[in-house]
Amino acid sequence: MNSRIISACRRYANDPGRLMDILLDVQRDLKGVEPAAMELIADQLGITRVEVEGMVTFYSFFSDKIKGDVVIRLCGDIVDRHAGGREIAKIFSEELGIAVGETSADGRFSLEQTPFLGMSDQAPAAMIDQTIVTCLSPEKVRHICSSLKAGVRPEGLVTAHGDGNNGHPLIRAEVSNNIRHAGEVLLCQVPANAGLHGCLLLQPRKILDELEESGLTGRGGAGFPTGRKWRVAADTPAQQRYVICNADEGEPGTFKDRVLLTERADLMVEGMTIAAFAIGSSAGIIYLRAEYGYLRAYLESVLQARREQGLLGRDISGKQGFEFDIRIQMGAGAYICGEESALISSCEGLRGEPKNRPPFPVESGYLGFPTVVDNVETFCCVSRIMDRGGAWFGGFGTGKSTGTKLFSVSGDCARPGVYELPFGITVRELLERADAAEAAAVQVGGPSGEMINMGQFDRRLCLEDLPTGGSVMVFSLHRNILEIVDYFLEFFIEESCGYCTPCRVGNVFLRKRIEKVRRGLCEREDLDYLKELGKTISMTSRCGLGRTSPNPVLSTIRNFPLVYAVLLKEHGDGVQASFDIQSALEESRRLAKRRSMIYDPNYDET
Amino acid sequence: MKKRIATVSLAGCFGCHMSLLDIDERLLELLQQVDFDRSPLNDLKRFTRRCDIGLVEGGCCNEENVHTLQEFRRNCDVLVAVGQCAVMGGLPVMRNAIMHSDDPLRECLETAYLNSDKVYNPSNRIPSDEALPLMLDKVYTLADVVKVDYQIPGCPPSGDTLWNTLKALLAGRPVELTYEQLRYD
Repeated sequence: MNSRIISACRRYANDPGRLMDILLDVQRDLKGVEPAAMELIADQLGITRVEVEGMVTFYSFFSDKIKGDVVIRLCGDIVDRHAGGREIAKIFSEELGIAVGETSADGRFSLEQTPFLGMSDQAPAAMIDQTIVTCLSPEKVRHICSSLKAGVRPEGLVTAHGDGNNGHPLIRAEVSNNIRHAGEVLLCQVPANAGLHGCLLLQPRKILDELEESGLTGRGGAGFPTGRKWRVAADTPAQQRYVICNADEGEPGTFKDRVLLTERADLMVEGMTIAAFAIGSSAGIIYLRAEYGYLRAYLESVLQARREQGLLGRDISGKQGFEFDIRIQMGAGAYICGEESALISSCEGLRGEPKNRPPFPVESGYLGFPTVVDNVETFCCVSRIMDRGGAWFGGFGTGKSTGTKLFSVSGDCARPGVYELPFGITVRELLERADAAEAAAVQVGGPSGEMINMGQFDRRLCLEDLPTGGSVMVFSLHRNILEIVDYFLEFFIEESCGYCTPCRVGNVFLRKRIEKVRRGLCEREDLDYLKELGKTISMTSRCGLGRTSPNPVLSTIRNFPLVYAVLLKEHGDGVQASFDIQSALEESRRLAKRRSMIYDPNYDET
Repeated sequence: MKKRIATVSLAGCFGCHMSLLDIDERLLELLQQVDFDRSPLNDLKRFTRRCDIGLVEGGCCNEENVHTLQEFRRNCDVLVAVGQCAVMGGLPVMRNAIMHSDDPLRECLETAYLNSDKVYNPSNRIPSDEALPLMLDKVYTLADVVKVDYQIPGCPPSGDTLWNTLKALLAGRPVELTYEQLRYD
């Protein structure tokens, strides 16, 4: 055991900044990072044991106990749940003889639940080691379990490959792209490296001008103007600058980056290379979420092919002195790492906790150097803008939200998948394309976004109205709105990094009160409490997670008032609806073997 | 018109009432502005009429506490939770920590009356006289049971804190408490 740990540390030159990679290797080789291993790693890297333990306990793909040889992770997302996820979990549990969260006694299997796999267009899904299995049915699960028990390796479970590059020898995944509508910017036929070659003839300033003219905004959800962001990084004096691609899409209901990583990896790397040239960077990182680990070998091969073609490395495309290379940083299962400063922490080998701002990452990011962090889709757009021009790109979409956008549609519709459409289309248009005739509620932008009702389907998907990083979840009339709210809160409670008290504690209180509402134990004042507490959490948390975590509650109170109204009680005598004297006395009656003199009217009959 | 005040101590230690007496000679000033209705200070056991203000010390640990609290809520326009036990449960609420037991109340009573080293209990029985009110499954704060209008923190709130709060309440203006008056230790 010790030699494997020591060699894992050596592989990364005993650099504490690469602790993520070291722990990923140790977890893979030894199935866990036990306290003795933590001690040894700390010794090797010259850091404290508690720093290592902090990492192991922060990321859900690390464990301080030994896991089974095969780890099965079920997707616990609400869309998967609606698609029968609980039934699937039950069957896995029965077949393997372990509950979710347990490891079998013979050490062969661990069964776990993970918040979101990025497969809600083919739900229910699960991840078996690095292998993704989709569209699970009870029969399929029984078959998977008997194969695994018979000794079939997880990669041997894949029988049919999905379309496109999912059949590539380095991917070979059961995943389907489900591209339902290819727009004119990203999912159409795109020429290779046209944007990059054009750029290398320009002054870097000109690239920034072109980007600003295009009006491109970040595709991750926040919508910050990309050109302005890059300009700050370029203008901040520094020895080195970094370009980071955020491929950590963890917002439940988003899976469009999965499709881009599969089908447009070259375009994305091209965009990163353009960024490097524009801001003067020589090193880049692709932060790939652990759930997309099945794409890693393919992405490495794309990078390697580009190195061989002279598109990465020294003197790129013959441009003297332009040097740029990229490494892939794997994540380890933490939603918060989609937040750029948390992502940078994670790349630095730290817990994925957000950093204080200012300074912003563009001024002081990775290792203290100016760093541009952009979404996969943003980099793809950059390549296209540099090919076709900012004015062409700006011709799509609305005034503030230019270009096309990839929408990931899932839930209660006949055609779930990825739709590339210009910004500004209405929710109704998207629902019609997705064949969602029964839609009664749509969650736009994931749990941190807004849930809208049927009367709001003519609202537009764009920064001016309903912003979204891509997630559009459709719920039919048969779904329980408050169950969805409860699930979203559970998600935020699980994924909060715990740094800010309002987020760590407040979301638990929100969930408790929602539970009371669901049990019919609340009055009108409880809604005021929910709104007030939601506002406090939102105002006093330092990163986007806390700031948006009350949205499921606040947006449903606003857009689905009747759902709440039917559950409220009115007393008027000053008694709390939630307090039930009868159940509070039950245990005492049993122990004392007598009734209550005050609260049992027939006390004398005992 | 003089205002009417009622006070009571539920699952508390009367410390908050003692603190009220700590306003010393200002008691005379208070009595010029208010009449006391049901209160341990005058030993009135029942409400004689509706009151303007109810001051409640202590949380609810048994059925009688709940019953009394409900009477206070019915008979007082403004209900004030006075002190840590009324606001958060205080010392009695420590028994709520026995939550991982299958039978928390039994475990609590057995520890208190039978199993602890310090217990002298020759009958080896848990008291269960009919005159004793039944205990609740756990300790509840006042706000768990009824709507509470104001809460005064502190263990106990100092005489000055109580005096300033009462004065403000009687005058119908917001209370101003200094940092020292809001310290809980």
